[in-house]
Amino acid sequence: MAPPSDDLKLLGSWASSYTHRVQLALKLKGLAFEYAEEDLADKSPSLLLYNPVYEKVPVLLHRGRPVLESVIILHYLDETWPEVPLMPADPYDRALARFWCHFVDDKLGPAVGAVFASPSDGQAAAVEQVHENLRLVERELREGAFAGRRRFFGGDKIGVLDIVLGCGSYWLAVFEEVMEVKLVDPEAFPLFHSWLRDFEEQEEVKAIIPAIDRLLEYARGVRQMMLGLSTRQQ
Amino acid sequence: MADQPKEVKLYGHGFSGYCTMVNSALKLKGVAFEYVEEDLQNKSEALLRLNPVYKKVPVLVVDGEPIAESLVILQYIDDVWKNPPLLPEDPYQRAKVRFWADYVYQKLVPPVYRIRTSEGDARKKAEEEFRANLITLEDGVREELWSAGGSFINGEKPGLLDVIMGSCHTGLKYLEDVAGVKLVEKDRTPLLCSCMEAFVELDVVKGP
Repeated sequence: MAPPSDDLKLLGSWASSYTHRVQLALKLKGLAFEYAEEDLADKSPSLLLYNPVYEKVPVLLHRGRPVLESVIILHYLDETWPEVPLMPADPYDRALARFWCHFVDDKLGPAVGAVFASPSDGQAAAVEQVHENLRLVERELREGAFAGRRRFFGGDKIGVLDIVLGCGSYWLAVFEEVMEVKLVDPEAFPLFHSWLRDFEEQEEVKAIIPAIDRLLEYARGVRQMMLGLSTRQQ
Repeated sequence: MADQPKEVKLYGHGFSGYCTMVNSALKLKGVAFEYVEEDLQNKSEALLRLNPVYKKVPVLVVDGEPIAESLVILQYIDDVWKNPPLLPEDPYQRAKVRFWADYVYQKLVPPVYRIRTSEGDARKKAEEEFRANLITLEDGVREELWSAGGSFINGEKPGLLDVIMGSCHTGLKYLEDVAGVKLVEKDRTPLLCSCMEAFVELDVVKGP
């Protein structure tokens, strides 16, 4: 039985991994909410009203009050509904989780995005950046604070870092196909690969992440548009 | 208080605003710690081992375990040493403080970097961007967080945003002198000026 969530609404976008993070967290916590799909090419007055600074999704509205930025929303959900905790209990583990969440958004995410945005003849450098960042994650899984202990960064169950890293990692497979590059070689990144596989097997994750062919179609469309734009600019 | 960590060490650099943030937060909370000044042109083997991902200061080491990234460190400090609190108790207020703290890193830090490293039109654009974003921060914080009373955004005592902005004060003033341009206009950003000026006057900040 879902705990009373009194008036939760999420403004999001179906292909946004940041939106998926919040949807996944809400699902894990068993919180009911209303969802409103935003057309990012034609932003709603609500979005502009609630997030004037960034004009981005996701926006969580709780009793009409906006909470912005996906990781901040995850913290808010955890502090407001502490059952099914997403953050670790120990302060040092919390710091580690926050650090690696920051790393995902600061380094790994942009590196993956750069592969997608790279011109056909400039891929190699972008791909190497992704590999460099994945090597850091792999090393942390192998030798660092997360080594050997458990199935997920959050323990036996997925936690905030699994959510942040996982919702976005499916783009790796999508870009691999669209860009025809290898980003996650299971032999080079065995621990990351098996973690990702376990993450994607979770029922809640399967319910949230869009079907791969929808993501592929979307990515192909965006890629074509980007290439078309750069051709016209030459 | 139970479970008090025994050994706290901060690797930092005197000119780094990020290091000032952590240094001040520890002092505000009365935490005893050892400080190690890093030569950023010749980083120690210890620093590279403790922060292999970014290889930067500040790094806080607690009982031998390292934490990097200033905002992560500040939240850790607040988690462990409760008094005085840097974040409010209410989850919604906390979310707003976190939002504006993150805003500083997303929207103020990059133009400062460009001001320092570019010239001509590019630098002018960065200066304009910084001023505009600082005004957005002022207006946002004033509307969403500030309840008049005390020199700080947090009121009588500094909170997380005061620590962050206050720690940038010296660097901004220095940049204004070097770049010869006004980045902070008191009449347009009075609350931020008030909190920065009050912050650098705190005993824990002025002292050794």
